[in-house]
Amino acid sequence: MAESGVVAVYARVVGAQIRSQVQYRGSFLLEVFGSMVTNALDVATVFVLFSVTGGLGGFGGTEVLLMAALSAVCFSWGDLVMGNSERLREYVRTGMFDSLLLRPLSSLAQLTAITFALRRVGRAVQGLVLYVIALLLADIDWTVGRVVLAVLAPIAGTVFFASLFVAGATVAFWWIESGEVANAFTYGGRDFTSYPSTMYGGWFGDLFTLGIGFGFVAYYPSLALLDHPDPMGVPSWLHWCSPVVALIAASLAALFWRVGVRHYRSTGS
Amino acid sequence: MPHVQVALAAAGFRRYATYRQAALAGAFTNVVFGFMRCYILLVVAAQAGGSVGGYTGPQLVSYVWLGQGLLAVVNSWTQLDLAERVRTGDVVADLLRPINPLWTYLWTDLGRAGFAMVTRFIVPVVVGAIAFGLYVPRHLLTYPLFLVSTALAVLVCFACRYLISLTAFWMLDIRGVTMFWVFVSGAASGLYFPLAILPGWLSAVLWVATPFPALMQAPLDVAVERGGLAHGLLVTGGQLVWVVLLLLACRWVQHNAVRKLVVQGG
Amino acid sequence: MIISASGLRKEFTVTRKAGRFRRERHVVSAVDGVDLRVERGELLGYIGPNGAGKSTTLKMLTGVLTPSGGEVTVCGIEPVAKRTTLARRIGVVFGQRSQLWWDLPLGESFSLLRHIYRVPAGDHATRLRQCSDLLGLDEFIETPVRQLSLGQRMRGELTAALLHGPEVLFLDEPTIGLDVLSKQAVRGFLAELDARGDTTVVLTTHDLADIEKLCRRLVVIDHGRVVHDGTLDELHARYRSRRTIVADLDTPWPPNLKIPGAEVTTVEADGRRVTLALDGLAAGQVVAALAQAVALRDLSVQEPQIEDVIARLYRDAD
Repeated sequence: MAESGVVAVYARVVGAQIRSQVQYRGSFLLEVFGSMVTNALDVATVFVLFSVTGGLGGFGGTEVLLMAALSAVCFSWGDLVMGNSERLREYVRTGMFDSLLLRPLSSLAQLTAITFALRRVGRAVQGLVLYVIALLLADIDWTVGRVVLAVLAPIAGTVFFASLFVAGATVAFWWIESGEVANAFTYGGRDFTSYPSTMYGGWFGDLFTLGIGFGFVAYYPSLALLDHPDPMGVPSWLHWCSPVVALIAASLAALFWRVGVRHYRSTGS
Repeated sequence: MPHVQVALAAAGFRRYATYRQAALAGAFTNVVFGFMRCYILLVVAAQAGGSVGGYTGPQLVSYVWLGQGLLAVVNSWTQLDLAERVRTGDVVADLLRPINPLWTYLWTDLGRAGFAMVTRFIVPVVVGAIAFGLYVPRHLLTYPLFLVSTALAVLVCFACRYLISLTAFWMLDIRGVTMFWVFVSGAASGLYFPLAILPGWLSAVLWVATPFPALMQAPLDVAVERGGLAHGLLVTGGQLVWVVLLLLACRWVQHNAVRKLVVQGG
Repeated sequence: MIISASGLRKEFTVTRKAGRFRRERHVVSAVDGVDLRVERGELLGYIGPNGAGKSTTLKMLTGVLTPSGGEVTVCGIEPVAKRTTLARRIGVVFGQRSQLWWDLPLGESFSLLRHIYRVPAGDHATRLRQCSDLLGLDEFIETPVRQLSLGQRMRGELTAALLHGPEVLFLDEPTIGLDVLSKQAVRGFLAELDARGDTTVVLTTHDLADIEKLCRRLVVIDHGRVVHDGTLDELHARYRSRRTIVADLDTPWPPNLKIPGAEVTTVEADGRRVTLALDGLAAGQVVAALAQAVALRDLSVQEPQIEDVIARLYRDAD
C-alpha cells in the first residue's frame, strides 16, 4: 500500500472530524479561546514563581523562558494530535471501539484521527510563537547542529507527549475508571517540563527526569542550545538525545497499544 | 440531624465509594503533582532566603500536600449533575419532590466530600508527611478549626457550582461559564501558588471581593497557622459569610429559575 | 467454505465482590467450543438467548476479539492477525454501534468510507445506486446521521457495510427496535441480497419473523455451545413441535375422553374449548374421530409456531 495513500485517507478522516467539530461554532470558538487562556496561565504561573527571586533552579530569565516555551510547544502539539485520546475510555466503555476495529485501517491511526482536536490549534500556534520568541531572546551561539536541534527538539517533544497520551489511553483496555493515572504523566509532565529539572530533588527528580525521560522534552535540549553544562552532571552528549528518546517512547507506546487491543473485551452491548 | 439529610449524605458517600479504582487513580495523580509543586516551591523558598510569601519550608510542604488532598474534597472541577438535568429537562422531577433540590444536592455533595476526605485527602497527606515532613500546628485548636474551614470550603464550592448549574436555565450551553470557573477557581483559589506571592493589592481584592480564596487558601492558611490563630479565625469567619451569601443567592436564583420554568413551560 | 471455526473459545475473567473488601476472580466462558462451517452464498441465522455467546462469536469472526482458543478463518484469513486485510472483504452491522459519522450527512459518511476502503468510484456509485433504490435512501442522504430515525439509520448502516462489496456480511440484531415498515424494508433487502447469492450473510436476531422469512439454516447457541445446526423444519422435528387443533364444543368436554393420535393440552371455557396436539397423524383422521365423539361447533388447525420451539429451546437451556 502506498504511503501517500495512507496519508490521504488519514487526512480525509481528520477532515471529517474537523467538519464535525466546527458544526457547533459557538462552543468551538469558546474552546479555542479557553485553551489559549490555559496556556497563558501555565506560562504565567512559571513567571509568578520566577519573579520571587529572579531565577529558578540556577537559571536566569531567558533560560527559564526557553525551557517553559519548549515545554509549552511540545505539550500543546502533542495535545493537539492526541490530547483527546482520553475519549478512548468512552469508546471502550460503550463498545464503540468495535467500529474502529472493523475498518481496514490501523486502529492507532484511527484513534489519532478521531482524537484530533482542532480547538487546541490556537494553543499550539501560541506555543510555537512563544518558542520562537524564546529562541530569539536566549543567548544562543548558533551552529548548524543547534539549528537542527532547535527544529527537532519540539518535534521530538511532541512525539514524546503524544506517546504518553497513547500509553495513558491504552490503560483503559484494562481499567476503565483509572484514566486519571494518565493525567499524572501527561498534564503532570507538562508541569514538570515547564521548570528546569534541577528544581526537583531525590528519587522523584531522577525518576521523572531520566527514568521516564521528561528531561529530554525541554531541559536537556535547552542546555544543548544554551551550551550550558548540566548542574546535575549528566554528560553533555546526552543533551542532544531527545529524538532518540522520542523514538523509544513512540515504540513503547505502539507496543503497549498492540497488547491493549488484544486485551479489548468489547463489552457494552 | 433529621433522617433525610443523613440518608442523602450516605447516598453521596456510597455513590463515590463504588468507584474505588478511580479514587486510587486520582490520589496517585495528586501525589505526583504534590512532589512537583513541593520541590518547586521549596527551591523558590531556598533561593529567596528560606521563605516565600511569608511561608517557611515546612509550612510550604503542608500547603502543597494538604492542597493536593483538599483538591478532591472541595472538588471545584466536576460540575453537579444538576446542569445536565436542567439541560435534559429531568430537573422537573427534582422540583416535584417535597424537599428543595438545593438541600438534596447539598447533602449528597457533603457525602461525596466525606468519602473524598477519608480517601483522596489521606493519601497525599501521608505521602507528603513521609517524604518531606509536614508542619505541626502549635495550637491544638488549629485541628478542629481546619476541619470547620474545610467543611466551609466544600460548602462555598458547592454553592458556586450550584449557581453555575442554574445558569443552564437561561443558557443553552454552559461550557463557557464552566470553563471560566475552572480557570479562575484554579488560579485565584491559591491552588497553583500561595496567593501571598501576588502583589498585595491583587491578593487583597481576591480575599475581600471574591469567594475563590475561601475554596483552598483559607483552609490551607488555617492548617499552617499563617498569621496565627486570630488570622485563622478571621478567614474562617469570612468563609462563613460567603457560605451564607452564596446559599442565599442560590435560593434566589433557583426561585427565579422555577418561575421561568412555570411561566415559559421550560 | 468461507467461514470455518473449530473449537472456538472465549473466556473472560470477571471480578466479583466477595465480602466487604475481598474480590474473587471467576473465569466465564462466553463461547465454549463452537464449531461452525459456512459455505459461500449461505444465509445463516445465528440465534440463542441473551448472553448465549452470539455477539462474542461474531466479534471473534470479525477480528474485534481475540479468541482464547480454537481455530478460525474467514475468507481464508485469520481474523485478528490480518484484521485490516479481512476488514476489506467483510461488512459488519452491529446493532447499536454505528459505522457512520454522527455529525455529518449520511452521504458524506459513504464517500469517506469509499476512501477508507479504497473502492473505485464507479463500483461505489453502482452499489450506492442499488442500495439506495432498494432501501429508499434518497430522501435522507443529505441529513446528518444524528438526526436520522433508527430505521433510517439502520438502512444507512446496511448500505455502509455493503459499499465495498464484501464477501461476507455480519449482522448483529439488524432489526432490533425498528418500526414495522423499516423491518420489512430491511428483510426485503436481505432476501434480495440472498437471492443474488454472491454475498454470504450471518445474522443474529431475536426476531422470529426474521428467522422464518430469511434463514434457511439455523445455528442455535446456548451457554457458549452449539445446540442445533440445521433447517427450521429440523428444529421443529427435533423439538417435537406439533400442529394443534382448537375445537369449540356445544357441550362440555368429557374429562376422560381420549382421541387416538392426539393429546389434549388445554381445556378452557367451562370445557367448551379444547386444544389438542397432533402426534404426527393426518389432521383429517383426528377431526373425524373428534366429530364422532363430541358435538363440534367450530374448529381450526394451527401450524407449529416457531415461538413455541424457541421458547422451549431457551427453557431447556436454563
